[in-house]
This record gives sequence, C-alpha cells and structure tokens, in this order.
Amino acid sequence: MTQAVLVLEDGRVFHGTPYGAEGETFGEMVFNTGMTGYQETLTDPSYHRQIVAMTAPHIGNTGVNDEDPESGRVWVAGYVVREPSRVVSSWRANRSLDDYLKEQGVVGIAIPGTRALTRHLRERGAMRAGIFSAPREPVEALVERVRQAPVMEGADLAAEVATAEPYVVPAIGEKRYTVAAVDLGIKGMTPHRMAERGCEVHVLPATATAEQILGLRPDGVFFSNGPGDPATADVEPLREVLASGTPFFGICFGNQLFGRALGLSTYKLRYGHRGVNQPVQDVRTGKVEISAHNHGFAVEAPLDGPFDTPFGPAEVSHVNLNDRCVEGLRLLDGRAFSVQYHPEAAAGPHDAAYLFDEFCEVMNRAQA
Amino acid sequence: MPKREDIRSVLVIGSGPIVIGQACEFDYSGTQACRVLRAEGFRVILVNSNPATIMTDPEFADATYVEPITPEYVEKIIAKERPDALLPTLGGQTALNTAVALHESGVLERYEVELIGADFDAIQAGENRERFKEIVAKVAREHGLNAESARSVICHTMDDCLAAAGELGYPLVVRPSFTMGGVGSGFAYDESDLRRIAGAGLDASPTTEVLLEESILGWKEYELEVMRDKADNVVIVCSIENIDPMGVHTGDSVTVAPALTLTDREYQNMRDVAIAVIREVGVDTGGCNIQFAVDPRTGRMIVIEMNPRVSRSSALASKATGFPIAKIAAKLAIGYTLDEIPNDITRETPASFEPTLDYIVVKVPRFAFEKFRGADRTLTTHMKSVGEAMAIGRSFPEALQKALRSLEKSGSAFSWAPGELPAKEELLDACRTPHDGRLRTMQQAIRAGATAAELYEATSVDPWFIDQLFLLDEEAAELGAATELTAAVLERAKRHGFSDAQIGEIRGVGEARVRDLRHALGVRPVYNTVDTCAAEFAAKTPYLYSTYDEENEVPAGERPKVIILGSGPNRIGQGIEFDYACVHASFELSRAGFETVMVNCNPETVSTDYDTSDRLYFEPLTLEDVLEVVHAEQQTGPVVGVIVQLGGQTPLGLAQALKDAGVPVVGTSPESIHLAEERGAFGRVLAEAGLPAPKHGTATTVAGALSVAGEIGYPVLVRPSYVLGGAGMAIVYDDETLSRYMAAQEGGHPVLVDKFLDEAIEIDVDALFDGEELYLGGVMEHIEEAGIHSGDSACALPPITLGSHDIKRIRAATEGIARGVGVRGLLNVQYAMSAGVLYVLEANPRASRTVPFVSKATAVPLAKAAARVMLGATVAELRAEGMLPAEGDGGTLPMEAAIAVKEAVLPFNRFRGVDTVLGPEMRSTGEVMGIDRFFGVAYAKSQAAAYGELPTKGRAFVSVANRDKRAMIFPVRALADLGFEILATEGTAEVLRRNGVHAKIVRKHSEGPGPGGEPTIVQCILDGEVDLIVNTPFGSPGQSGPRLDGYDIRTAAVLRGVPCITTVSGLAAAAAGIQAIVRGDVGVRSLQEHAQALRG
Repeated sequence: MTQAVLVLEDGRVFHGTPYGAEGETFGEMVFNTGMTGYQETLTDPSYHRQIVAMTAPHIGNTGVNDEDPESGRVWVAGYVVREPSRVVSSWRANRSLDDYLKEQGVVGIAIPGTRALTRHLRERGAMRAGIFSAPREPVEALVERVRQAPVMEGADLAAEVATAEPYVVPAIGEKRYTVAAVDLGIKGMTPHRMAERGCEVHVLPATATAEQILGLRPDGVFFSNGPGDPATADVEPLREVLASGTPFFGICFGNQLFGRALGLSTYKLRYGHRGVNQPVQDVRTGKVEISAHNHGFAVEAPLDGPFDTPFGPAEVSHVNLNDRCVEGLRLLDGRAFSVQYHPEAAAGPHDAAYLFDEFCEVMNRAQA
Repeated sequence: MPKREDIRSVLVIGSGPIVIGQACEFDYSGTQACRVLRAEGFRVILVNSNPATIMTDPEFADATYVEPITPEYVEKIIAKERPDALLPTLGGQTALNTAVALHESGVLERYEVELIGADFDAIQAGENRERFKEIVAKVAREHGLNAESARSVICHTMDDCLAAAGELGYPLVVRPSFTMGGVGSGFAYDESDLRRIAGAGLDASPTTEVLLEESILGWKEYELEVMRDKADNVVIVCSIENIDPMGVHTGDSVTVAPALTLTDREYQNMRDVAIAVIREVGVDTGGCNIQFAVDPRTGRMIVIEMNPRVSRSSALASKATGFPIAKIAAKLAIGYTLDEIPNDITRETPASFEPTLDYIVVKVPRFAFEKFRGADRTLTTHMKSVGEAMAIGRSFPEALQKALRSLEKSGSAFSWAPGELPAKEELLDACRTPHDGRLRTMQQAIRAGATAAELYEATSVDPWFIDQLFLLDEEAAELGAATELTAAVLERAKRHGFSDAQIGEIRGVGEARVRDLRHALGVRPVYNTVDTCAAEFAAKTPYLYSTYDEENEVPAGERPKVIILGSGPNRIGQGIEFDYACVHASFELSRAGFETVMVNCNPETVSTDYDTSDRLYFEPLTLEDVLEVVHAEQQTGPVVGVIVQLGGQTPLGLAQALKDAGVPVVGTSPESIHLAEERGAFGRVLAEAGLPAPKHGTATTVAGALSVAGEIGYPVLVRPSYVLGGAGMAIVYDDETLSRYMAAQEGGHPVLVDKFLDEAIEIDVDALFDGEELYLGGVMEHIEEAGIHSGDSACALPPITLGSHDIKRIRAATEGIARGVGVRGLLNVQYAMSAGVLYVLEANPRASRTVPFVSKATAVPLAKAAARVMLGATVAELRAEGMLPAEGDGGTLPMEAAIAVKEAVLPFNRFRGVDTVLGPEMRSTGEVMGIDRFFGVAYAKSQAAAYGELPTKGRAFVSVANRDKRAMIFPVRALADLGFEILATEGTAEVLRRNGVHAKIVRKHSEGPGPGGEPTIVQCILDGEVDLIVNTPFGSPGQSGPRLDGYDIRTAAVLRGVPCITTVSGLAAAAAGIQAIVRGDVGVRSLQEHAQALRG
C-alpha cells in the first residue's frame, strides 16, 4: 500500500495511507471535534485553505447525499481522518465519501495518530501543513515546502469563496422581509433559515459596497461567515450600514467585522474552535446553548459591561464558557447584533436558531 | 443558580437487590448522589436493602437504612427521620415506583417531603404510555419535528388485547406498564402468543395495563442520554447505537457509542425531539434516557420511550464519555445549573457541554443461560443478560474485540481457529434468531462464505457493522498469510484489536510466544485518556484505555502504586460483592498513602468511576491486558504490588501467571491459593490441623463412581473437578442417578464424589489472617439445610443455633486452615456441622461474596482491613488504629447484637420454564439483608426486601417430601394458629391432621381436576387463591410424579409471584417472621444506630 504523509511546519510527520484524491496539498492545519456532519464541514467555505483533521475516528459511514452540502463544492484544502469507511450505509446516500473527495480533487490521508495530531495542535497552536500522497522527497524537503505555503494571518480570502454574482433566495411562504446578505463564505443553511422565516434573501458578493447593499432597501443586512483573517477586511461598508440604522445581524466572520466596525480588534486563537459541542452563554439570560463553531479568530472586547462605540453603547452578548472567548456582540439599542458561532448549525445543534427569530423581530420593529 | 438553602436533609432511595435489568449501575449512581449531597452539606438518609452496595457503607450517609424498599418501610423511615426532600431518580424503577406509591398514598404530603429531581407529574408523563404518545404527537405538531410513536393501543383486559390485535395485525409487541427491564414484554406472532404474553403482562403490571403496538422489528435502534437543569439548559451526554436492531432489549444488545450510522441531519432531528420531549414531559432537573427506532429504508423515526431517571444506559454513557451523569443529576436536583458545575475531567471547562469522543465504546452483554437449563435462549424485548462488559478503542474493530474478550467466557471472542466450520446456510439460519454471541455466529458465517447481503437479510444488522466484521476477517487472513510476524504485521493486527491469543491461534503458535515476540519488537499499546473533549482540552483525571496508537498519556506517578484487579462483567456467582471489596481496598490504600490503580471493564460499577481510584484503566481482565497495564505503570514509577484476591475468580485466575511474569502479587501467594484449591494438598493442610472433611473420592468412570459411592454411602455430592460457582454440581441419592450423571460427563474428566451431609447445618466464615493473628469477621449459619449453594442460601449472623463453644471450635479450625494455607488477607471457609462434628467443606483464600454482608452486620470494614493486611499491616496494628475493634471479633458479638439475615434473590421470573428448586449450583443474581434485634423480624424483612412482604393471612399450601414431614409440623401449626387456612396434598395433609393441624386436601397436578371439577393445586395457584406455598423437593431427577408436581407448583408460584418456600428451615423462619409482623413490632433502625449499639 502507498504511504502518504502529513507534514507539519514544525517538522512533525504523520504516516498514513492516501484517502480521496492523490497528490499534494497545503493549508493551515486545524482539527474539528464534531462526531457527525462531515459533509457539511467539507463544503463549508470557512474551511477554505485549511487542512481539516476529524477527531472522530470513523468518517464516511453514511456516504454522501445531495441534500446536506453547505455549498456547491468541497472547500477544505485537505482532509485527515483515521478510519475511512469502506461502505456506505444510509438510505439518503448516493455515493461514497472517498469517491466524492476524488471527484472534487481533495487530497486526504488516513493516519492512526489523529489524536496525537490534535494534542500537538492544542499545545503548539494551528500551523501550516502539507499532505503528500506519494512523497518522493525526503521529509526535510517536505517541511521546507510546507513552510513556504502562505500563512492564515493576513489572508484575505472572502472574495475567493464568495459568489461572484448576486442571487436571491426566495422566502418560503409569505414574504415578510428583504434581507441583504453579504457573502463572505456563506453556508447554504443560513439563507435557508432566514427564508423559512419569511425573508427574501439577496445574497451579494463579498465586495458589495454600502451603496449596493442599502440600494436594495433591505429590512435587514446580514454579514456571513467566511475564511481568512478578519483584520484584512474592509469594514467601511459595514460602518455605513450601521450608520444608516438598518437592522444588522452577523455570523462568525460577520461578527468579527461587526466588532471591527465598532472599533474593537481581533486576534488569532491558538487553535480555534471547530466542533459542534461548544457551550455559549447568553450573558443577559444566563442560558447556555450548545453551539456549532468554526473560527480561528476572535474579537477582543470588554466582558465586564457595556462599552461605547461610534454607533452607541454596545456589549458582549455571548461568552464561551470553555475559554471565556467573546461569542457575540450587540448594540444596546438592539438593532445590530452578531454571534461568533453558527446558529444555522449544519452541522451541529439547533439551540441557537432563535437568533434568526430575533433578527426577524428587530426587522419587524424597524418596519413598524 | 446556587444550591437550595431551604432543604437540609434528603432521603435517597436505592434500587435494592441486583436483579436482571437492575444491577450495580444503581449503586454507582446512588453512591455518586450520596457523595455529592454530603459534600454539599446535606444530611443524607439512605434506604437500600442490598448490603453489597458501596452506597450502604455507613460513611456515605448520615443514616443508612438497610431495610426493605417498600412503601411501608420507607414510610417508617420518613416518619422517623423527617427528611425535607426525597430524591427518587437514582435508584432505578424500584425507587421511582416507591416514590410514586408514597406520593399517591399521601405520605409525602403528610410528612412534608418534597420530591426533587423529578416531579410526580413528570414520572407519570414519562411512564404512562398513552400520555407519552400524546407528548410525542404534540412535539411533532408544535415544533415541526419528524417524530412519531409506533401505532399502538393500551389494553386493560384480554378482550381489549384481542380487539387491538384485529386493528394492528400481527406480529405485535406487548409491553406491560411500570415494569422494569421489560418484564412481561414480548412479541406475539399469533393469538395464542398474545393470550400467553399479554396475560402475564397484565399480571406483572402494577396498573394492570399493557400496550400493544405495531412491530418495528429490524429497525435501527438508538438511545440518547439527556440532562436538563432548572434553567432549562439541556445537553445530550451521549448517543448510543444498538448493533442488534429493534427486537432485542437494549440491555441484551451489543451497543456502541457514539452512534455511527447517522448523518448530522438525522442526529440533530433526534436531538431536537429528545429535548422537546423532555421539556414537554417536564423533567425539570436530572438525567433521562430516550430511545428511538429508525426505519433503515425510509428514515421514518419513532420515539419508543423515555425513562425520567438515571438508567443502566446512563451508567454506560457516563463511563463512555467521562461525563458523570448521576453526580451531576444530584447537583442539579439541589439547585445548581449545568454551567455552575465544573467538568471534573478538564477542571477548566463547565459541565454545560456535550462530550465529544475520539474513540469508540462497545458494550456487550453477558448471559448465564448455562445456569438455567430449559430457559429459552432467544433474545427478545425481555432482558435476560446478567451483566455487561464495556471496552474502549480508537476504532470500532479494536473496541469490539476488546469488549468480546472482556466477557471472559470461552467462545466469546471471534475465532479463526483452523478446523471444519458448519455450513454457511446453517450459520446464517442461526443468525436469524437473536442469541447470545450472535456477532460471533455472523463472523463464523463470513468465514463459511456468507456475503454481506446474506447477513443483512438474516439479521438486519446495519451494513456498516457487517462490513466491519468483513474487515476483521480480511485482517485475520492477512495476518495468517504474512510470511513473518514483523512489527508492522503485529501492529496492524493489534490496531484491529486482535489479542495475542487470537494472533497465536491464527499463526499456530502459543499466546506466550506471540507476546514475547511482540515485546521483543517493541509493539506495545499506548494509553489514551477519556477526556470528554477529543483532546481539545488537557485532561486532569487519569481515566485511561489501551490502544495501539501513537502517544502514551499515562501521567507520572507520585507515590508507590498498588494495582487492584476488578471482577469484570457481573455474572452469577461474581457480582457487586467483589466490586465492593475492590472499591474498599482502593479507598483505604489511597488513604494509607498509596497511589491506587484500578483495572476493570464493567461499566455498571463504582470501581470504574474515574474518582474511585487515583487512576482508572478501563481494560479487559485478561493476562495480556493486565500485563500491559502493569508494564505501563512500571514505566512511570514503582508498583508495590497487584491485588488479585478481591475481585473474585477473574483476577484470582491470573495470579500465578502474573507472578510467573515477575509481577509482584501481594497478599496470599498464588502458591497458597493453589494449596486451597487443589484437593490433595488441601487434604494435607486439613490433616495437619486435625480437621475432618466429608469422606470423598474421585472417579472418571461410572463403575469408579459407583464404587466410591458404595464406600462412602449415599447421598453424595458430585461435581466435575475445577468448576466454579457450583457449575454441574448435583446431589445424588442412588446408583441409577449416579450412573446417569457420570454418563453425561465429558469423557475422562475426573469427577469429585463427596459424602453429602444432608442433616448438617452449613456454616460460612469470613476471616482475616496476617500470618500471626486471626480476626474472625463473622460466622454465618445457613437457614436452608445443607446442599444449597451458599450464594443462594439465606443465612443469619450471628448464628442463631450455635453456642460460644461451637464458635470457639470454628475459630480454631479457621486459624488452622489460615496458617496451613499461608493466608495473608481474607479467607472464607465453609463448614458443615453434623452430629457434633465440624467438617470442612471448602476454603477460599480470597474475598468472598459475603464480605460486604459481614462488614455491614458487624460494623467492621473487612475489605479495607484486608487490603491493609495484604500490604503488610498486622491485625494488632489495625486494632490499634481503630479500623478493627480493640478487642473481640465477629465471633464474640454481644448477646444484644442485632441479627442480620441475608437472603438471595433469584431470577426465575426471567426464565419461565426453569425449575425453581435450589441446589448446589448457584443461580441467584443478588441479595438483600434484613436486620433486627429479633431473628423472626430480620427474616421477615429479608423476605419483604427480596420477594415482597410475607403474607399475614390467607391460604398456605403445604406439600413436603417424606423426610421433611416430621419437621414441618411445628411451623405449619404456627401458621394455622396465626389464622392461615392450610391446604395440603393428601400425604402431607394426613400427617398434619394426625398431629392436630386441620388441613384441607387439594388435588395434585398429576391427578388432574376432580370429577366435580375440583381444581388442582396448580390451578388454585394460577387463580390467585393461594398466598403462601411450602413445597420441598422430592427425591432425585428422573423420578416422575411428585417431582413433576413440585415443578409445576413452583412454576405457577413464579408466574403469580406467590412466596414459595422450598425448605423446612425456611418455613420455620417464615413462621417466626409472620408472627413478628402480626405482633406489629417491626421497626426500622439505621446501620449507624446498630453500630452505636455494638460499640456501646
């Protein structure tokens, strides 16, 4: 059997067997702790340029179906698993994950040491890595090549994953609101969750200007999740949206941009949150929601109470109970808010779906 | 929200004796609860009739009542203790049912006791099937979720049942309400099945209610473990997938965690439904379990049921994830919310999260069908397993193979042994019926050429699991074909969970050779941590499992280490009593400055709790697995010794091999253990000590056996040599039966033939010996006469008919044996006192089943003391420390000491068609203790705890063997004096009448109904007209008439749940007990009060 290798930039090497497409690939090495939802994870644009390792050992058991992808393609730069499934067991599946990865040209590797890899990343932080299906060079040379790959800090990737042309997701049932959604790497479930609640969602390219956004006369503006370093993004359009008083809701990258628009800074977490079991507390109610996460950066904000911003006083609305990281922001007047995690889930629990209701309520109030 | 300040004392109800469907998982949960409540400063009052539990150790509660868990007794406790609150959700169905009864009778209101952890309405909503169906429908409607219930009809009479069957069609599932472990449930394929199963179900249900529902046989089956706090935070602790599809009780299924064949969409829908259902049911705080079935063809999902309490699956989920459900449920019940409780494993993150696993957990059931000849071995919705083993691995094949070898039963693990296989069709056919070891049958079918499609068609096991069996078969083939056992070949086999023994079998070499080679090549497992978070955060608690992976996570040791080997899966003869001893040793040795390392694979136990020992290894108890743990521990610091004498036969069987491998075994040496087990050597020990044993001989042929029997005289006790738990033992009264017994033995194996002392009193002794001084822990006198396995026999402590002179002789004899054998630690000896002679039946230099009973009856922690002695402390030192009494011992209890009666609990209601007569082979699953100043009361309590209150009026039926006729007269007269109407078969009635006891003659079963339609005794019992049955067995197997009559009588008694006494001494004790109840002087007293009295 061919020997594939996973090489980290600090020289650590994991041996395994090729999985999915063969070849070589580079990216930021991260791990995801979800036990379900590999199909959603693979197609989440936020994983662009990242090599994702799954901590759950058995991957691919339920194959691949046509309903669960979060976008039109696989975005991960590479895939690391322990025990790839040899068969498909699901009444909804129409092909195997292995075939799907091959078809999408995604280079993967199966290694026994996924836990060792996770522990390594936990201790040393996220770092660059490369997968080589049939390496012909010595390890030292491979490490060198990994070190030449671009780093995630400073990477402006939203435009690479976002739609080039605007499109509309129609409301399901009666249309009640128009939402302008800026696609920074949006997942399919997000406009769907809004559409379910009567929103007609106009998805705009990442480069949309304030004029284009507000030109739709939306009831609310939404900024999506997405890959890359939030410090590189232009927050002027968002500032103008906020200045206009239009209700705003942001998720993940959208939360980071909201933070920056409010004058806060962002920073890179050592190894990020990627999984579907993170406890987030709503600061106002004290309630805990189990939430889906996928972020390597976070917003720096005062946890001890409201703070002033150019758009009025704001506060941290949600906090991660594992590491006290900021998970949500809100203007005290309630018209703009955002969360760092994924209320649209897919994959993950639906505990935070109420945030879409809140967005609708804010728009409803603004309409009145 | 912080803890409630308006509650000061809490009553916790345990689950009583270990029975099928309710085992030591509730000791685990109850112990957790008691620890939490005490740590939070509450006064804890506990009631549990099971003395073998850790929770009933006096230090876990302020007032510990080893009293029957019946509404009557619990009310007495409430009246005496006046608790502010009652926590009923950690003691299984028993505790929940008792709480419901106390609520309904107004006791809780009268004494102002608040139910915490679940309210009455939630219990009803969760357990009442009609209401539950409505809830599921409402959840689906209001939340737009994909959820429904199986189509079903609730029935209260047989006519209802027949009408419902017309509507739903066959096959049908029959489920009685409010019974635990699925008692009385089953599949009805036609009307006669329905009449039989639903009839029994209506009887078994306390509300005379059964549910008939559409069959979802063969669907995928899942469970979610859910926790909710009073702020409405909800987390799913664990998902569990049953490999055996719908149709096999989850307790009898091979299960895996996490679920492996669901997409996120289906899993999240299940999660949403679970949460919505729990909110709707109104489980305010605590853990519950909810079960689902999924149609593999369409994904249609059915919500089967929920338990608004901690369950067996919660224990499994806790061990599988490191999330301590019971502990957290207790904290939630007293007011905390999930975010306020830290995760013990990471210590930095809160409990308000959902564990994520980077390993696979497999649970396999352990059955004991060999103990119940005639029992139906088909697995159904009616749970039949007596225990379970769990294993953890980094892949499903690794975890599965570890789990199968954890069962420690030959034939459990997959086998690729060379040799002829049965035909494929035959194996596929066998797979169609769920049975013990079906996965292995499937594996054999693969070897015989079955395809995945054929196996799926035969079993409905999900194709993913079937493929994993194929994977193992391919790996075995590759291993067999390898030219040489290189490190790479071995590593690959090991990653798939192959044991050294399996590798040896495939390669045609011995296990030891494989191990030597493997070690020489440096192929060893690493130990990973169960950390709740897939390594996202660092774990602070060393809860470890072996795997052939990359990084070893065993932390460095700080103190000298002692490794304690646990007892593995529960089985008949080896259960919670041994876990009790192991846990005690761990607590005490940790206190004494050692680092304690526990090795066990039973997820139900306290020993496999991550905070019982300093380190926990969740591992099979095979030589290979234990040697690797010892090696791993030796790498991080000195190991002082391994304790093998506390976990029962499992670790004891490893003693010599461990010693041979250079492992320090502390306590009684393996050679001494052998000395006690080997008949010739033990005979010399007895001779030296001047102690007699019953006359005996050994035979391998019919003629040989007849000649031995001729020499020593009938009756004789026969058994194959080297058997455990009395397997294959019989008492034989004549040549004909002996010949038949010998003919049935496997050729050539020696059979031991002992003189059976049928008139003797049997005595059990537990003692402690340090090499110099003997501490007699307790002397127990059997209530049943000789010939019944000590594990099944009721006994009394202190002995009720032995004087101090007898006890002196017993002490001297025990000391002689201890010295002769070379005991360092515990010793159990069984004696028979016959015609003034004290015979030694057997001696076991290890913890016995009765250690916890003796400890509780005498208020002395024997297992703790034993652990210290094994590590070098003397009895004198322990007396000085106060662990043992300063003077005297369990043989010198004061006259006013309370009498404790131990009674065995038998699982005959699970195995219809099995004879209930007790014999030399142990068949009980658990035990209870009744304790009181008076023997009669103690006995009555033991009966109430084990089987339900003894009747105080009504009809008693008496039919005894000739040899018992003289002895029965006095106690039967006592019953008649108490107002019982006496029914008897002709012979018995004559004797009674001649002795002035009026007895009405009833027809024997073999006589059939009379000319005027007079019913037989069996019919009377079935009609519910008999309240107490006394039936002693007749003669020997093979004798027809009377024996068969007895069989039918006892079977009917089990069916109707009528107390059935099968010995005259049992009858005498029962009569004394009934007298006490009638007098009304039955009170309750805590162990702490008893201890005070003993010390005072």
